[in-house]
Amino acid sequence: MILTGVLLAVIGLGLVGWFAARGRARLLYTGRGSMHSMPSYHGWHMALWILVPALLAWAAWSAIMPGLVDGAVMADPAAAQLPEGDMHRAAVLADARNIAANPDAVAFDPLSQELAAPMRAAQTRFGMIGGLLILIVALAGGGYGFTRVRAGFPARTHVERAILALLLIASLMAILTTFGIVASLLFEAGLFFKDVSPIAFLTGTHWAPGNARGIDIDGNFGAVPLFWGTIYIGAIIAMVVAIPLGLMSAIYLTQYASSTIRKWVKPILEILAGIPTVVYGYFAALTVAPLIRDTAASLGVANPSTESALAAGLVMGVMIIPFVSSMADDALAAVPRAMSDGSLALGATQSETIKKVLLPAALPGIVAGVMLAISRAIGETMIVVMAAGASARLSANPLASMTTVTYQIVQMLTGDQEFNSPKTLSAFALGLVLFIVTLILNIIALRVVKRFREAYE
Amino acid sequence: MTETKLTARNVDVFYGPKKAIDNVSIDIDNGIVTAFIGPSGCGKSTFLRSLNRMNDTIAGARVTGEILLDGEDIYAPSMDPVALRARVGMVFQKPNPFPKSIYENIAYGPRIHGLASSKAEMDAIIESSLTKAGLWDEVKDRLSDAGTALSGGQQQRLCIARAIAVSPEVILMDEPCSALDPIATAKIEELIDELKENYAIVIVTHSMQQAARVSQRTAFFHLGNLVEYGETSEIFTNPREEKTKDYITGRYG
Repeated sequence: MILTGVLLAVIGLGLVGWFAARGRARLLYTGRGSMHSMPSYHGWHMALWILVPALLAWAAWSAIMPGLVDGAVMADPAAAQLPEGDMHRAAVLADARNIAANPDAVAFDPLSQELAAPMRAAQTRFGMIGGLLILIVALAGGGYGFTRVRAGFPARTHVERAILALLLIASLMAILTTFGIVASLLFEAGLFFKDVSPIAFLTGTHWAPGNARGIDIDGNFGAVPLFWGTIYIGAIIAMVVAIPLGLMSAIYLTQYASSTIRKWVKPILEILAGIPTVVYGYFAALTVAPLIRDTAASLGVANPSTESALAAGLVMGVMIIPFVSSMADDALAAVPRAMSDGSLALGATQSETIKKVLLPAALPGIVAGVMLAISRAIGETMIVVMAAGASARLSANPLASMTTVTYQIVQMLTGDQEFNSPKTLSAFALGLVLFIVTLILNIIALRVVKRFREAYE
Repeated sequence: MTETKLTARNVDVFYGPKKAIDNVSIDIDNGIVTAFIGPSGCGKSTFLRSLNRMNDTIAGARVTGEILLDGEDIYAPSMDPVALRARVGMVFQKPNPFPKSIYENIAYGPRIHGLASSKAEMDAIIESSLTKAGLWDEVKDRLSDAGTALSGGQQQRLCIARAIAVSPEVILMDEPCSALDPIATAKIEELIDELKENYAIVIVTHSMQQAARVSQRTAFFHLGNLVEYGETSEIFTNPREEKTKDYITGRYG
């Protein structure tokens, strides 16, 4: 509570500092060339000196204060009754913290009611201490900043350097997050592979994590049916839909369509790419899947399943069409006009030119686009969760219900789960495999695209 | 000894509303080289591209007037532009071999038009085309190499061989040497001189020296008009028009 107020105060101080320094600089400013930097740079310089150290102090204090408060509460006589065992003790303390913040909250343990008062007192005390420290830091920073408002001081250089640092931190953030994700994936997958042998996981054909108990643990974690389901839906059925349709639409749009048609059709195709995947998901589950089931039944298939690989794959393919089409469009447009002119001048028709010159020349770009499309399709989750089903099955029958890696990850991590069981941890192992496969596909595709671009520049 | 191969009568070419060629009439003869010269933007390339209907591929381009190939109107509705382009071949400014092997580059045209019924016949076409283009000795041992791996001058001769392979009657060359060094240029010029026996050749060039070296007739274009057309030796030594004189003496252009 107190710290939030302090934060607002620091921001207010920053604002005051900005005006103060700018005002002082304006007094010093006597005309062109009289100062190294314009007054507003002095304002920013001062504001940064107030905000940056104070915010760092605020963050540091926020991190250490809960420990100090807990320490003070433990020193209270009432805390002598606290149970042994870290888990239980932490639960009581959390409860007390809750009551301290909100007096109407219900205590699960009478002890926490007793500890609430010392908790509140300790929070106030340490909050005051911290707030005071932070304000001192802010004022010290501001004071230092104010002394630098002089005609010759290069405030602009300093401010620009600070902005550079900010940009650097922003760009590192995404990279660090990626590393964090990979590290956690590796760590959790490592825990999983302590219980289950990687070979059994990667080559086994029986997936039934629910049955995995005791000695037969390896036998129930064979992920091949999941890999198969993922490839069958994402890389086979979806691509059978997306590659021809995407490619043909790109050929039509780049080679034949008049500029009016192009102007209308391209944006519409791009809208298709903007539909949320969850919408595709229920389209697959509620419209396409029943249609496929009824059609199958009318053709004499016995007991067709409502959830089918075909439904999920078809809709996923439609979802990927704009992606393939726009990649193929780029690849075709990158082939120099001289190429098609050369062919036309030999008396080839336009379709011969497309078939024999343009497509072969654009092939690397198109292949790369397809690889990126596959890596998107196999990572796609919503559609398969809604339409593909949960049964891990090694089958080539498109009407069968099938499950994928992404579906199982969702399954393992939602609902009540014991966090250390191999069943839950298997989600991380699956995620790791998915991550590695899409990473490899993307790297290859980007390399191919780069080479291809170089070839025509 | 020469006969008229191509005749243009009152030809206008438009790009959208803009008139690029204004009322050009010209006779182009068989067995000689005709050069089109003129400053950039004078319409010489545009006019060249209307001789094999390559302008059809540019949106908004329109040709009026009459262009006759052996007396036949090439813009008549009955004329198939695809068939026409097999008779009137074209070599472009920048060498543009297909990203295929040398062999496949040449075989492309004959295959489309069904000119060879066996591998042996195709091989013969490849050899004779490359020989006529003066490239056979340089590439005969590496026909399966990529056409794009050749040097610029070799690529341009490959493009000429490719055009010859479909047995055209006319070869249009749009500044074929502008992307080449002087040695490669000399080779191409030599080649043009040999080829003129069997084809009507029209070459657009920026270089007046080149026009003087390779052509027997020269047409001077300026701002979409055909200013002067005549024997090359006449044009360069004794031009009738003031504009032609200014251009060839380097006053502008």
